[in-house]
Amino acid sequence: MAQVGLTHFLVVSSILFSLGIYGIITRKNAVMVLMGIELILNSANINFVAFSKFGNLGINGQIVALFVIILAAAEAAVALAIVLNIYKTYTKVNVDEIDHLKD
Amino acid sequence: MTLYDILFYLFAVITIASAFVVVTTKNVIYSGFSLLLTFFGVAGIYVLLGADFLAIVQIMVYVGGILILILFGVMLTNKITDVDIRTGTIHLLPAAVGVGILFGALISVMVWTDWKSEPVELPVTTTYTIGRELLTNYVLIFVLLGLLLLVVLIGAASIARRDKE
Repeated sequence: MAQVGLTHFLVVSSILFSLGIYGIITRKNAVMVLMGIELILNSANINFVAFSKFGNLGINGQIVALFVIILAAAEAAVALAIVLNIYKTYTKVNVDEIDHLKD
Repeated sequence: MTLYDILFYLFAVITIASAFVVVTTKNVIYSGFSLLLTFFGVAGIYVLLGADFLAIVQIMVYVGGILILILFGVMLTNKITDVDIRTGTIHLLPAAVGVGILFGALISVMVWTDWKSEPVELPVTTTYTIGRELLTNYVLIFVLLGLLLLVVLIGAASIARRDKE
């Protein structure tokens, strides 16, 4: 419980990153996998902003974080469109059952 | 323990607890709403780091945009008449072990590395500085991202509505 510094923010972002990876690995539903990806992008963003405050990045870290948010929005839109298409074709969105490419 | 520290621990606990609910609960809807709390907690952490503009962008884009999109995805890919919107889980034990090892490695790197950690002087309101930088040093990326968003809009619409043929 020391004075809050850079390490505290980095630890929070590591926990968020690990939870995101865990969600991506264990979830079957494709929408849930997307939520895990959002968690990971958020943890990366916390790192960018934290180094912008404590490191040498200055305002540039915040601008890169802004670009990451924009890319996350684009990625979510395309991924949701793909998930909807998969649902229309197979009437299920579980990523472990969509394995027709194997045959 | 100053007010800053108390606020940090509050936001950190909100973020991590709700992220834990996101990845562990069985109900997809509960996960979506916990994701809302996670995004708010991250926005609070941005405010504590002096990034006020980014916090507002986080709330507007993530909560107002991406979360609504995800909830629509949940609603459109589950039959509404299905009462329990549940999702299965696979590889629970190997995933827990692997993620635990990864987490240990990450934490040890984060804690034991000797980061340069003196708070630098950021402008009190960052909007002016970010706006200037976006239209001078980052103008190419700014314009390209605008183009990318247009392409994504058209592409997502055409992928999702491909039912004519």
